[in-house]
Amino acid sequence: MHISEGVLSVPVLVSGAVLSVVGLTIGLHKIKNENIPKVAILSSAFFIASLIHIPLGPASAHLVLNGLVGILLGWAAFPSIFIALLLQTVLFQFGGFTTLGINTFSMAMPGVFSYYIFRGLLHRGKNIVFLGGFLGGALALVVAAAFISLALVITEKSFTAVAGTFFIMHLPVSIIEGIITGFVVVYLKKVKPEALG
Amino acid sequence: MHLEEFSEGSSFLHKADPRLKILVFVLFSVLCATASGIKTPLFYFFYSLTLLLIAKVKIRLLFSRLIVANFFIAFVWFFIPTGYSGNSYIILGPLKLSYEGLNYALSITIKCNAIILATITLLSTSSVFSLAHAMLHLKVPKKLVTVFFLFYRYITVIHEEYLKIKIAASLRGFVPRTTLHTYKTYAYIIGGMLIKSYEKAEEIYKAMLCRGFRGYFPLFEHFHIRKSDIIFSIVSIVVFILIWVKS
Repeated sequence: MHISEGVLSVPVLVSGAVLSVVGLTIGLHKIKNENIPKVAILSSAFFIASLIHIPLGPASAHLVLNGLVGILLGWAAFPSIFIALLLQTVLFQFGGFTTLGINTFSMAMPGVFSYYIFRGLLHRGKNIVFLGGFLGGALALVVAAAFISLALVITEKSFTAVAGTFFIMHLPVSIIEGIITGFVVVYLKKVKPEALG
Repeated sequence: MHLEEFSEGSSFLHKADPRLKILVFVLFSVLCATASGIKTPLFYFFYSLTLLLIAKVKIRLLFSRLIVANFFIAFVWFFIPTGYSGNSYIILGPLKLSYEGLNYALSITIKCNAIILATITLLSTSSVFSLAHAMLHLKVPKKLVTVFFLFYRYITVIHEEYLKIKIAASLRGFVPRTTLHTYKTYAYIIGGMLIKSYEKAEEIYKAMLCRGFRGYFPLFEHFHIRKSDIIFSIVSIVVFILIWVKS
């Protein structure tokens, strides 16, 4: 989920950059030295997971997993998502440099919301854990799509149709995201409960 | 995984100092992204094209990247010319195309492609590790660069783990479909990858502690700026100033 270079207006790009710098500062501050490898290697795993294409009817969707990143890493989701986007820009030219700020914020902030709202549910029984993961994963993607659509509409009023289509396209994907995130947290709860903190 | 495909080459830009390339690139993309109209972005596009001639990257790969990047742009072309609230219209059969809307879409297209060409020729021509190294010289926070370094280093390792799990799944007859079972299987594959990552991270941290890790990697090698790198940067900046004055 990216906005390409050259599309958004200067105020939107600058606000995205400022918000992301704030998030990155908090995130980096929260990573203790002993957690540096953990954040880095989990980010590698998320990067590989986002390359998996999940079948969805006749089409397929690739995972974003920003909700899961948020649930597992909290504020460290900002550096985690930032480095993944930076690498995608350098290697594949997805997204872009000037949009790094707005793209990082749109994906990481909803992840942090999921961390605070749904993490409490992960210490209950299996069905509640699944529900927590489902909502955390699905809503993080919905909110991220809403942020990006909002950035488009603020840039240019006639983007409303583009932004609306973009948002609606992400609704079915967010359900898949929710189901997968739900099963992942149930699995982690079973196999390595300390990962859920 | 074959990732750094554009960094294989021996052109001037492949050999240039990554610190200067990053600085020129940052300046270029900020100026280009904030430009408006058709003429100014077009000047920036010509600058990127010149870089492309110098860098001599793989053309087929370049085109496939441009096509993917222009997917969103195609989306804009589909909606904007009919939805833009401009005064003058071009009537094309049943369609009423706004002249200003067309201009706007064209401007976005030029800007987007100019920056992508600059990304490929200035950033992707360096290896990711030398870019990370350059980021340290450019005062990017050490912790962020350290996380980035380990993140990139372990992508190939985790990818191999993924391929192993995938082969194991297909040996057991797993065929992805739109079913809950498929989603559950993918979730368990991802969960497995995450657990392996946790365990690897603990081992790596212990190994790093044994080697005296204190939160960052000290710089060992240093870059050497050549005279031609400085000339390239000055020429680029002069071009940017000229474009800025002209607009």
